[in-house]
Amino acid sequence: MWQYVFKRLLLMIPTVLGAAFVIFFMLRAMPGDVCELKLGGEGAYVDEAQIELCREQQGLNDPLVVQFTNFVGGLAVLDFGTSMWTGRKVAYEMGLRFELSLQVAIMATIVSIVIAIPLGTLSAVYQNSWIDYFVRSIAVAGIAVPSFWLGILILLALLSVSDALTGTRWTPPIDYVPLWKDPAYNLSMLIWPALATGYRYSAVATRMMRSALLEVLREDYVRTARAKGLTETLIVNRHALKNALLPVVTVIGIEFAFLMGGLVVTEQVFNLNGLGRLLVDSVTQVDYTMTQGIVMLIVLIFVFTNFLVDILYAWLDPRIRYS
Amino acid sequence: MSDVTTEQLEEIRDRPGLLSQIATFARKQPLGTGGAVVVILYVLMAIFAPYLTAFDPTANSYDSQFVAPNAQFPMGTDEWGRDILTRVLYGSRTALFVGFTCAIVGSTVGLVLGVGSAYFGGIVDLIFQRIMDVFMAFPLIIMALAIVSITQSLQVSPESSVYFVIIAITLPLIPNCARVVRSSALAIREIPYVDAARANGFSDTRIILRHMVPNVMAPYLIMITAFVGQAILLEASLSFLGLGVQDPVPAWGLMLRNAQEFIRTEPWIAIWPGVAITLGVFGFNLFGDAVRDALDPKLRSQ
Repeated sequence: MWQYVFKRLLLMIPTVLGAAFVIFFMLRAMPGDVCELKLGGEGAYVDEAQIELCREQQGLNDPLVVQFTNFVGGLAVLDFGTSMWTGRKVAYEMGLRFELSLQVAIMATIVSIVIAIPLGTLSAVYQNSWIDYFVRSIAVAGIAVPSFWLGILILLALLSVSDALTGTRWTPPIDYVPLWKDPAYNLSMLIWPALATGYRYSAVATRMMRSALLEVLREDYVRTARAKGLTETLIVNRHALKNALLPVVTVIGIEFAFLMGGLVVTEQVFNLNGLGRLLVDSVTQVDYTMTQGIVMLIVLIFVFTNFLVDILYAWLDPRIRYS
Repeated sequence: MSDVTTEQLEEIRDRPGLLSQIATFARKQPLGTGGAVVVILYVLMAIFAPYLTAFDPTANSYDSQFVAPNAQFPMGTDEWGRDILTRVLYGSRTALFVGFTCAIVGSTVGLVLGVGSAYFGGIVDLIFQRIMDVFMAFPLIIMALAIVSITQSLQVSPESSVYFVIIAITLPLIPNCARVVRSSALAIREIPYVDAARANGFSDTRIILRHMVPNVMAPYLIMITAFVGQAILLEASLSFLGLGVQDPVPAWGLMLRNAQEFIRTEPWIAIWPGVAITLGVFGFNLFGDAVRDALDPKLRSQ
């Protein structure tokens, strides 16, 4: 087991290095740089020497190999460098927004679990009935609804409901207050994006839940339980559900990593100042260091979640061969 | 061709016709058939968009800004006075063009890479797998965002933005397909007829194209149908972020982006493009699921 964990851990290194390589050279392939945009972005005349000086200060004139080595060397000690646009530490800028994004991601995951497990179970137990078709339609619809549109619909609903109830039109606050300082305020702001994203992510988990439970319900030990005369409820709750949850846990784990990417869109709708928003801004500002930093953070979370899921899977199901 | 026996003739005659095959599919896959109907409607909508409306999707009209839905404009008009129904109809052209191109090109390149990797095996396969690992470590939208950021400054006109969006969506789809195809191709690689073909002295290209590719058609088709919906959704997301299709080209995600500003006062702008995306992707996904069930023998029993 430990050998497997170690081997799996080592395998992450080339992946992360490769990702750093890809994002680094991809960004450098684009014409124009942060200095041109920052100094001459408004179309104003700027002295070529000034742009050159800025490039020199930002290290943009160093050979690419040197820049790349600096970037990867920094990553190794979790130093993401300094933002080319704001001049502040990338880690500091990310830290400001990380809490918000993480909270939305966790809440969205909870929303998706709360939706997926009961619905998936119902769907499997009543396979091919109208309940099954209904749940499957909801699940497929969840994948089809863009979370940004769902967000807009939620905002519209909040506007008209608050108008009808109180006469004033209420929209969620947009300035972030940590959960422990003012829970009500914090939740009134973040529950909506969590719902919009969570519903979408529940769809995959619901389908997984259904097919996993269907598979387990066909196992011999379930037949034995039926032969013993156990009620169907007991069979599902006590015997089948636990074993069916394994692949669902995997899917939810992998999705958590995807959520960080999905937030890019949701944060735009709800005007949240999170990581996704920061990424879109830094892409438009040609801020190499910031873009690299956020993308690598997302990649690291993604790769590490995959690693955890694999380990958890191997630990929960000893039949999996460690190869 | 040699003589055809009576039994063979009878078999051909008794083979179910196209109509009855469709009927069987519809009975077994009610959801999939619903999806197919939506897909067909969307394709028709894209083809016949100009005949379904009297308005121009891109022409501004300053005396009809922000008209609420009425008899003349069933879905109202937007901030430039453009008829929303017309833009939703024409938007299907953008969505389907992006969706089909990305899905077909992405899966086909993935098919070739996946089969090639499985066929050559050894060090080629190992390196290939590591590269795929790297690309799969980026969430789709992040990869697409990064590619869009490179290509954005190359855009010469709003119309050309569609092509850059296609590139940004197609590239990250490739490894997804390559991986799936590779795992099926690995199994086929082990079947003796591939060795037999090689013993016959056939070239690698011929073995890959004639002997291996036809046998991985099922996962390939499954990937294509699954990708169309995904690509439509990605295009909408990129356009919504302002990094995809550019105004005045009619695109659903872009319409929602512009609508955001006005949802307090003119909520109707934000409704229909979203309905169009959701229903379309819903249809393509249902159809894709049905295709998967029909083509994948492992899942057929479920």
